[in-house]
Amino acid sequence: MSQSFRTEAGGRIDRDRKVTFSFDGDQLEGYEGDTLASALLANGIHMVGRSFKYHRPRGILTSGSEEPNALVGVYRQGDQTPNLRATQVELYEGLKAISQNRFPSLGFDVGAVNDFLSPLFPAGFYYKTFMWPRSFWDRVYEPIIRAAAGLGKPPKNADHDRYANLYAHCDVLVVGSGPAGLAAALAAAETGARVILCDEQAELGGSLLSETAATIDGKTPVDWVEDAIRTLQAMDNVTLLPRTTAFGYFAQNFVALAERITDHVSEPDPNLPRERLWQLRAKEVVIAAGSIERPMVFPENDRPGIMNAEAGRTYLNRYGVKVGHKALVATACDTAWQAAFDLADAGVEIAAIADLRENPPEALQSIAQARGIRVETACVVTGTTGRKRIDKALLGRVSASGSVASAGDLACDSLLMSGGWTPTVSLYSQSRGKVMWDEAAGAFLPGQHVQNERSAGSSRGLYGLNDVLADGYAAGEEAAKAATGKSAKVTYAVASGAEAGSGGTLGALPDDRDASRVKAFVDYQNDVTAKDVKLAVREGMHSIEHIKRYTTTGMATDQGRLSNMNALAIASKALDKPLTDVGLTTFRQPFTPTTFGTFATSSRGDFFDPVRKTPSHQWATDSDAAFEDVGQWKRAWYFPKAGEDIHAAVARECEVVRNKLGLFDASTLGKIEVVGPDAAEFLERMYTNPWKKLGVGRCRYGLMLNEAGFIIDDGVVGRIAEDRFHVTTTTGGAPSVFATMEDYLQTEWPDLDVWITSTTEQYAVAAVQGPLAREAIAPFVQGIDLSPDAFPHMSVATGTFCGVPCRLFRISFTGEVGFEINVPRRHGEMVWKTLEHEVAKLGGCTYGTETMHVLRAEKGYIIVGQETDGTVTPDDAGMTWAIGKKKHDFVGKRGLQRPDLVADNRKQLVGLLTTDPKVVLEEGAQITESANPAVGTPADGHVTSSYHSPAMGRSIALALVKNGRALEGKTLHVPMPDGSIPVTVTGPVFFDPKGDRLNG
Amino acid sequence: MLLIHCPYCGVERPETEFACRGEAHIIRPADPSTQTDEQWAEFLYLRENPKGLYAERWRHIHGCGRFFNAVRETVSDKFVKVYKAGEPKPDLEALAKEMSA
Amino acid sequence: MKRFSFLELAKNAFNAHQNWGRQWRAPEPKAEYDIVIVGAGGHGLATAYYLAKEHGMKNIAVIEKGWLGGGNTGRNTTIVRSNYLWEESAALYNHAVNLWQGLSTDLNYNVMYSARGVMMLAHTVHDIQVFKRHIHANRLAGVQNEWLSPEAAKDYCPPLNIEKNIRYPVMGAALQRVGGTARHDAVAWGYARAADDMGVDIIQNCAVTGIRRGIDGAVEGVETAKGFIKAKKVGVVAAGHTSVLMDMVGVRMPLESNPLQALVSEPVKPAFPCVVMSNTIHAYISQSDKGELVIGAGTDQFVSYSQTGGIHITTHTIDAICELFPMFRRMRMLRNWGGIVDNTPDRSPIIGKTPVPGLFVNCGWGTGGFKATPGSGHVFAHTIAKDEPHPINAPFTLDRFRTGRLIDEAAAAAVAH
Repeated sequence: MSQSFRTEAGGRIDRDRKVTFSFDGDQLEGYEGDTLASALLANGIHMVGRSFKYHRPRGILTSGSEEPNALVGVYRQGDQTPNLRATQVELYEGLKAISQNRFPSLGFDVGAVNDFLSPLFPAGFYYKTFMWPRSFWDRVYEPIIRAAAGLGKPPKNADHDRYANLYAHCDVLVVGSGPAGLAAALAAAETGARVILCDEQAELGGSLLSETAATIDGKTPVDWVEDAIRTLQAMDNVTLLPRTTAFGYFAQNFVALAERITDHVSEPDPNLPRERLWQLRAKEVVIAAGSIERPMVFPENDRPGIMNAEAGRTYLNRYGVKVGHKALVATACDTAWQAAFDLADAGVEIAAIADLRENPPEALQSIAQARGIRVETACVVTGTTGRKRIDKALLGRVSASGSVASAGDLACDSLLMSGGWTPTVSLYSQSRGKVMWDEAAGAFLPGQHVQNERSAGSSRGLYGLNDVLADGYAAGEEAAKAATGKSAKVTYAVASGAEAGSGGTLGALPDDRDASRVKAFVDYQNDVTAKDVKLAVREGMHSIEHIKRYTTTGMATDQGRLSNMNALAIASKALDKPLTDVGLTTFRQPFTPTTFGTFATSSRGDFFDPVRKTPSHQWATDSDAAFEDVGQWKRAWYFPKAGEDIHAAVARECEVVRNKLGLFDASTLGKIEVVGPDAAEFLERMYTNPWKKLGVGRCRYGLMLNEAGFIIDDGVVGRIAEDRFHVTTTTGGAPSVFATMEDYLQTEWPDLDVWITSTTEQYAVAAVQGPLAREAIAPFVQGIDLSPDAFPHMSVATGTFCGVPCRLFRISFTGEVGFEINVPRRHGEMVWKTLEHEVAKLGGCTYGTETMHVLRAEKGYIIVGQETDGTVTPDDAGMTWAIGKKKHDFVGKRGLQRPDLVADNRKQLVGLLTTDPKVVLEEGAQITESANPAVGTPADGHVTSSYHSPAMGRSIALALVKNGRALEGKTLHVPMPDGSIPVTVTGPVFFDPKGDRLNG
Repeated sequence: MLLIHCPYCGVERPETEFACRGEAHIIRPADPSTQTDEQWAEFLYLRENPKGLYAERWRHIHGCGRFFNAVRETVSDKFVKVYKAGEPKPDLEALAKEMSA
Repeated sequence: MKRFSFLELAKNAFNAHQNWGRQWRAPEPKAEYDIVIVGAGGHGLATAYYLAKEHGMKNIAVIEKGWLGGGNTGRNTTIVRSNYLWEESAALYNHAVNLWQGLSTDLNYNVMYSARGVMMLAHTVHDIQVFKRHIHANRLAGVQNEWLSPEAAKDYCPPLNIEKNIRYPVMGAALQRVGGTARHDAVAWGYARAADDMGVDIIQNCAVTGIRRGIDGAVEGVETAKGFIKAKKVGVVAAGHTSVLMDMVGVRMPLESNPLQALVSEPVKPAFPCVVMSNTIHAYISQSDKGELVIGAGTDQFVSYSQTGGIHITTHTIDAICELFPMFRRMRMLRNWGGIVDNTPDRSPIIGKTPVPGLFVNCGWGTGGFKATPGSGHVFAHTIAKDEPHPINAPFTLDRFRTGRLIDEAAAAAVAH
């Protein structure tokens, strides 16, 4: 029968809108406004999952985000989300939910054998066994444990949904929209402060949505909520965010919110993101997160049908669902009595109210009497029966001495329990505040403020609707004043009814059962029992952190919100130490589990990291170039013609450049404009080389070290004017070189009159290299005499190119005649296309980074980051010529004189030639003296670069080799898995060692 | 994400606009060649790294680009003082006393 | 000590596990010890264990400010590997990997060392060069490490996205099959139990407030919350708090302490068979035996002892995880936390003597300390017992920052993890 546990009327559900959904394949009905949990309960379904370790049948325990049992997988349109709380999943037409951690079915689960074997599986059992035989851990034990553990099935396919991100500011953030939160928002909003009110639930109102036993300003709580929301909605300075969890409280009042946007909609608007991350800087925060009810720890307290009392009341009043036909109410505090009364009034038979206390308030007892409800005092539940649902509860009478005698049993199909209330201090704790034990409240409450926040209402241990409202108003008013300095005359609403109750219990209840045979659950989700906590203590785990980690209590998806206090009390008793001496574990973000996609937002694919493109990018793409990632840049790697692989393409490009000419996009190189009267002095200090005597119009290769003395960057620097230099850096080093220069300039040498500007993005740079380079560029150059005498190697001049302003460098990274044409970036593509046409006309080609690497290696030019690795000095690299001998100081000079940097046997840059010219060494391969080095032999060096060189007609390699320069002509070995490769040490310059071609 | 006051721009901005550049007031010796290896190692590598108040360098790298100094408490991460480069190092002990008072 | 075994477990099942004894005592400190280790994390406890086991020292205390294993030992992502570049590093970490193999048996405590393989992804030509250099160097040093094509990497780790259209496509991977994970808490507990069994006093909740030196400058003992404790030798193994402790004897260290974050997802059924690391896009992920995806995030840029970090650090890591494993976008973060890591300028540890006679230090493990736990404790015990370093830790001196003989894993691999 459909929805047979639905009440005739009442609740916040829309009875006109039926919704069909499925659970484990069964088609069921509910109403709009239901959660999956309330709809299942309306259909009489309590058992919704199996527990983590023992695979025990489990039912819905709560009505909120702390739910430990009712975790389901939800499937829609090919996407699958595991571990969603049925208490938070809003019902929509066609919702498809599946129970978890069971095989083959929820009703019959083979894993349930674990429950029978449970004596073998106490807390931490796995630390004590599975050690023999040693190899079985990887192959046998661990795979079994892994398959048994875990909850839901992981998503298999790439997520189809989108996620969004929003940065926001506000004066007052109010977290939680129960009575305290709504009052705080109303009070703060009245001052004109910018207010954001968020609540994790679908509907604002919190506990007021299920409160029927009170009035506020003469209205029912629900009417008052609706009025309050209308008021807030009408205000421009207020943002209301239902379905939004404040999950993280970071330094300086930075609060992260996760807003769920489409999960509750049957057919989501494809233009909407699934969830949105709010990164919010709030001047003040009001934490009105409420409190949650504690389960009672008694034997077999985990059967389906057993739930928190307030949850039972919420299902009734808010969702119009009766949790059963006959309910036993077990409690240690007053609030559960109201649940019993509400259920009785709705026609649910109350088997009894069993109160742990000897003398519950008279007033409650007389109301119970009036309704004909049996009341048992000093009474505890000592056990339950029922296979997939509770069918009977055993009762016990607690004597003054604490011993328990059986008091018979009671048939029931549901059991509502309340161990009292635990204020939700998670966010406060995340704000780095330290909670303080409050004896009167029997709870940990927020202590000193570390950030600009205040807790209000039951999250700081206040109960009673009127007190909570008043506290909320005051908190909102104070927060607004603190944030904006403004205040307003705030109208306070007054409530009657829903008085503060008393009572509560912590820890395991006494019982008359055989302690070794029963399980009283503390942490439902992780299957941690009171016994487990005691065992941990027995084994010497005396800190709550040890107990938590050893038993896993409090490590479930509710982060111990339900279990912490009970676990702590059990530990405290076992240790015979006050609760406060045992300690409390720290609450971490996120408050409730938060979707990865919500963090990653739009940062996927090309948005994962910005793509930097050169002016020739489109042309290169159209020409089927292969690209490589260098930092954020996409650089053309090589330009294969039909049928060419990388080797063939590179070989062809190399030959064309050496024989004719080639065109290369060098725009990615870093460029820095160094200007000012002290520009030369500044470079003098930053680089190893001397700069003062460099003539205007001349260039020089510059080498940069860190203060430790190691090479960190290099590049060509041109002197544009007496007081102006054009500095180039490596592609990857550009930002750090610029930052380093700024650092020295601003903080060490502020007296220098120099400005530096990054111009990397300012210029497009086309390099034309090869014997015909001059011929190719000449037609387009104006204002510069290109003749070798007027414009020799290492020159720079300003003119125009294709009619646009240009800085023309005559430099070479290939060993051929070379020009680098710097034009304003916006003209880059035009210049590239013009040159490409001209180069092709002369029989040349475009070439990519791979060919550039080969050509420079043939000349023995280093690449910083390939020949160097942060441990190489100029001398190691054979570049002492780049050090200004007369300079008293430069960055790194002192570092170079340290003992190890001047020691013998340093690794030096050399060339290597394989005996077999066809063999190309692998880059990174090690070098040893012996052809058959024993394992553990220290390497003498490694291959830094290795290529087939078309110009040399053989393979070549550069390497760093211990004492390498002294070994020229000697044979060393490169040990490979299939045998050593003999190599001869040479100088690092293979091609045109005299450099004749440069000057052509 | 910290909120940092740039003393040059006069505004508070999120940490992602800034780069932290380590301990402040470590001055490059005027004449490094006179430094012993021990002194040079100290300049290069030895840092206070305190649990408490720390004077450190920040750069408003995605803002004005200027380097400035800040005193921050390294347990709470709270900024106690920001000041321009070149200004003297505050008396951290006095500041600590002031804070605990 | 009652031996742990399946048989013992079964026997205890019959008496409801009432007879298990304490895994370690909670002794009051004695007035004097031969050796005091400051810091009861994995490294400190391992040091005490090997001092007792291999060097016959019995009069040892390990003093801990909080609870044992509560610092970085219990806060890391539990990755174990040894495929470091430099011979010195590879030898050190491989020493640890060798000890990991037999650690459960050695300690009679299942530390769940799971050699499921650690795969490091290459995304650029430069990555390939660097990783191949590691592989060749490792082969020569006798350290397992091999190159995988993108397809082979996907075979090894099926969730991996090797499509060419992602921002930084996977171009290959270096795989160390013997690498893997271990259960971090069990490592601390196992060492604590075994050390305690040999008479080592583990004194928790006892902060060291000073280190006392004699007239000759040598260490005399430590001032603690429970009074002065005399000691012939003191070993500081305090990770992020090393600078604070060394400052007590006026020794400045080349260290900076930064917050390092990690996070776990909700537990799910087995979805991820190995450990995957990407230094280039900052993703470190494995799945615990409990079913949680365990993910390492980055460090904040500033010195901090807060044990928390900024959300942008976490977000950056999750971006990378979702890029490489797009099915995990619908997974949810369960818990995010931070530790304090002590970083040296060359991202290699300092293990050895200090300028103060009798004072030894083991620190600077940065983001990679957990993997070295057994090896670190083993060589540090040797150093303290013999007053001279073990050949494996001999290069890891404090003096290398003076001479310039750095062991620069940072420069070699961009990031050392």
